[in-house]
Parts: sequence; C-alpha cells; structure tokens
Amino acid sequence: MSIAMRDAFGKKLAELGATHPELVVLDADVSSSTKSALFGKAFPDRFFNVGVAEANMVDIAAGMATAGYHPVVNAFAIFLALKATDQIRNTVCYNNLPVIIAGAYGGLSDSFDGASHQSITDIAIMRALPNMQVIVPSDSAQAEKALEYALTQKGPVYIRLNRNAMPDLPPSEAIGTVCAVEGTDVTIAANGITASFAMEAAALLAKEGITAEVLSVPMVKPLDPAPIVKSVAKTGKLLCTEEHVLAGGFFSAVSEVFMKQGISCKFDAVGIEDTFTESGPYEPLLAKYGISAENIANRARALCK
Amino acid sequence: MSKRIKELLSQPGRTFNADELSALAAYFRIVMFDILHDRGTGHWGGAASSAELTTALYFNRISIDPSNPRWEDRDRVILSKGHASMNLYTILAHRGFFPVEELSSFRKLDSRLQGHPCMNKLPGVDMSTGALGHGLSVGLGMALAARLSKKNWWTYVISGEGCLNEGQSWEAIMSAAKYKSEHFVLMIDYNKVQLDGTEDEIMPLGPLADKLKAFGWNVAPKAFNGHDTKEILDSFAWMDSDDVWPKAVIYDTVKGKGVSFTEGKNTWHGAVIDDASYAKGIEELKSDLSKKEAAL
Repeated sequence: MSIAMRDAFGKKLAELGATHPELVVLDADVSSSTKSALFGKAFPDRFFNVGVAEANMVDIAAGMATAGYHPVVNAFAIFLALKATDQIRNTVCYNNLPVIIAGAYGGLSDSFDGASHQSITDIAIMRALPNMQVIVPSDSAQAEKALEYALTQKGPVYIRLNRNAMPDLPPSEAIGTVCAVEGTDVTIAANGITASFAMEAAALLAKEGITAEVLSVPMVKPLDPAPIVKSVAKTGKLLCTEEHVLAGGFFSAVSEVFMKQGISCKFDAVGIEDTFTESGPYEPLLAKYGISAENIANRARALCK
Repeated sequence: MSKRIKELLSQPGRTFNADELSALAAYFRIVMFDILHDRGTGHWGGAASSAELTTALYFNRISIDPSNPRWEDRDRVILSKGHASMNLYTILAHRGFFPVEELSSFRKLDSRLQGHPCMNKLPGVDMSTGALGHGLSVGLGMALAARLSKKNWWTYVISGEGCLNEGQSWEAIMSAAKYKSEHFVLMIDYNKVQLDGTEDEIMPLGPLADKLKAFGWNVAPKAFNGHDTKEILDSFAWMDSDDVWPKAVIYDTVKGKGVSFTEGKNTWHGAVIDDASYAKGIEELKSDLSKKEAAL
C-alpha cells in the first residue's frame, strides 16, 4: 500500500520548492488536508492561504503567473472545478497561463463527507477547456510525476488527487500510459485509482482462464490513444473504468477517439451512472456505485462472452 | 486630427498637464464614437465614462514601454470593466502599442481588437477581461508577484459597478487587505449606472468608501471628479502621499459622458450608435474638443 497521493504531492511540492524558485503555492484554507501546508512551512514567503475563496485564489495565481511565477493552487477538486470554473476558463486557460490546478479529494475519496464534497464531474469540466491538460494519477508515484511534468509546461495543467492510501502500480519512467497487466482476451483501460481495481479484476479473471490486459491511463488530455488502440487490435474488446460520471470524462474521451478513427469493438464502461453519490467508507462506497474489482471483472467477462 | 492634438501625440513619452490630458481625452472620445458608430457594435457608455481616467493614467502616470509591451518592470493596468475595451484600445493605439489605423478592425474576424481585451492578441493589454469581477484578484496576484520579485511596479485595477456587484471582487478586497499589497490601487469608475438601470435600481453599492475602509483599505479622503483631469492628477498625488496599502480611489463619473442624450442612460451601455445619434453626438464632441483645445 502506497502513501496517500495527497501526502506524496505535499512532500513533493516542498521538495521542488528548493529547486524551483518560480514555484508558489496557494491554498483555500484546506492546506492541512491537501498537505500544501508542508510547502508553506518550508517556504512561508511563497505560500498564500487566501481563505475559503477558490475563485479569488485562482485569479491571484493567474496574476502571479503573468509575472514569471509558476503557481500551484490547492483546494478540493469539486470546489476548484465548480466554484472557480470561470477563473480557470477565462483567466488561466484563455490566457494559457502556467497555473497548476491541484484538485484534492478527487472522485469519491472524501467519502464520509458525502455528495457535496465528492468530485464526479471535474474531469468533464477541465477536459472541455481549451489549453488545459488533465492528469488523473493512479498512485502516489504518478502524482509526483504529474507535478514534475506540470512544472515543465508553459500552460495550465489539472491534476486530480486522491485522499486515501491506495495500492501502488508498476513503476513507470514518465507520466503516461502503463501496461500494468498483459493479456489477450480483453483490454481494460483504467483511469486514476480504478487501475488498482482493474488489476485485481484481471487476477480474478485469470483464474477463469480470461487474460485481461490492464492499461493504466492517467493522461486524459491530451489522450494518447495509441497504446489503447494497439491493445484493442489484439483483444477486440475494450472496457474503460473511471471514478467519475460516465458523461464527459475518460470514457467519453476514449469513445471520441475510437469513433473518429473508425475503430469498432465490443465496448463497455464502469463509472458512476447519472446519479449523485453519498456518505460512507471509501471502498464500499466505490463498490456501491460500481467501482470494484468484482464489478470490473463482471463487465469484462460479459464482453468476452 | 487638429495640429495641436497631433503635436501632443507626437510626444507620447512626456508627462502631460491637466489641460493637455483633457484635450486628449476629448479627442479620444471622438475616435471612440466614430469607430463604435462605424462598426455598429461595442460599448459606448462605459468607454466614455473612463476616458479621462485612462488618458491620465497612460499619458501622465504609468511607467510603460510601448516598444517592449511585456517589459517586466512595467506598471500594470487591468481594465476590469472589459466592456470599455474601445476606450483601452484607443489609448493603447495612441500611446504607440499598435497602429491607430488598426482601431477600425474592432470586433472584426481575425482582428486583434476583440470585443473584450485579450492579452495574448493585443500588445499593451496586461490581462484579458470581459467576465466581470476578475480584475482585483488578478491584480492582487501581480502586486504580490512584485513583492516576491522585490520589484516596485504598480498595479492599477479599473473597476465599475458591475465588477463590484460580483462576489469575487469582495473576496479580493478582503485578501488585498490581509496582504497589504504595496503599490496596488483600485480605481473605481463610479458612474452609478449599470446595464439594466441605475445602481440604486439594480444593486446599491453605497456607502462605498465606508465599505472599503471597513474592509481595511486606504481610501482617498474624497471622491474625485473623474472627468476633471485636475482632480485626477490630485488623486495621483494622493496615491503617492503615504505608504499605506492597498489604496482605493472613487471617481464620480457619468456613463456616456460627452454626448448629452447618452449621459447617465443605462440604455447606452451597449446600444448601437445609429446614424442620427452619430450626427447629433459628434457635433457635441467636436465642440467639446474645440473648447479644450482653445484652453491649451
């Protein structure tokens, strides 16, 4: 089990602060939750806690970005995506400013706080914005790599982070699609933390003689379709999994590419249906809304029939 | 363009006095009225309201280099009331950021002069605006960046009532007071008329100075007449008078200033200047310019 993404991200921010003088960090009164407080402690002059005002925070960051700084704004994913949408669109993205939007407590990971705090539409929103790149890391190591990558970019990057400790995936050199399990019967393209459930599903299926190929795909935009297309050429079946509503997120991004490229295959998706979620312990909550190894295995099995 | 105005505009680097600024603003109003009439689109009311403020700021006060628009030590100006874009464009063109002839491309396809200012298209625009209420937050970020870089540039944010209707402005007002951001100035173009009606009908802002003071701002001791360039220069002197930040100045202005039938009328927020209105209005503007040139 890895450390939680938020812990890894906070530590990485503080570490990179030493080598990146242009790095400034802003938070909206949740720095002890997002762990940006670690940076604040190390570099108090470059840390700005602006209170519970996400919209203001994003625009302050944008102003700093026009003057050579590379800001990372931290708050809960849902509030960045919804309360600061105008600022992210009209100031950060329209002007293509290098602001890193770090959305903490992504998906259902703020599980006990309930639907008001669960971010199930952020990927669709961020993905629709011109100039924005969207990364949904699968584990802590990917979250750190996402931050390193974002700091090399001249425009905005959205990084969706998870609250809880989740299993580690096979390591990779850079932020990009990783083949976590090889197989020939069905392709499971898994976004974010659903990759670990997909790997478990592959193990379940293997016992039945079905070999699933699991691709962990953190980069939603720009989406590199090649590894998915290559895998589907072999398996002829694709199951997409994501911790997000099935409208407008990762599944939609993959579907768009497949339609455009004229690739036809047996196709299904696991994610949150058109519904609001609720309070509860994280893994049982995910399972109730379809995100579990068992359900992924069921849906992959059905594709293989 | 008269010989006298031409002469003034041929020396953009120097500091102009109140009478000269007044004549320039009167001339710029004519340019704006012409182009908004020709193009049949744009916002006259708010552009006319801020004409003296922007003229004084760009021709008397701020430190900029039109040959190097992104000069890192320059003073920053954010026109938070981005619908007054024609006013900003007219000033920037005559200040040397781009050819004056380009003003006629306003709102045309492929033009750098977008409906609302775009920083990545047009030199001299420090921040894209249009959606109201962003300017103060972005400006605060610029002011904090100056502090971090140990630089002394000033950041001016020009807001109207519409911006101050937006909740985000008050988030920024709170946070600027927290950080006591040096050289950060809010200039309120307070014409008291919004799109749908007067400020009192739509969203009363008063007592505005008291509100800003209560939020911890250093507010100018009086509201200045935003069409009297002598008073605007007095407000600049007040900005330099102490080191207490952030600073706010309220300018009493008139929406649609300079054309009698557009003054104080919310309907002239974004109305098209038709031929009959143009014929009548341009005479008034020309007469105003003549008076101001005569005073030079």
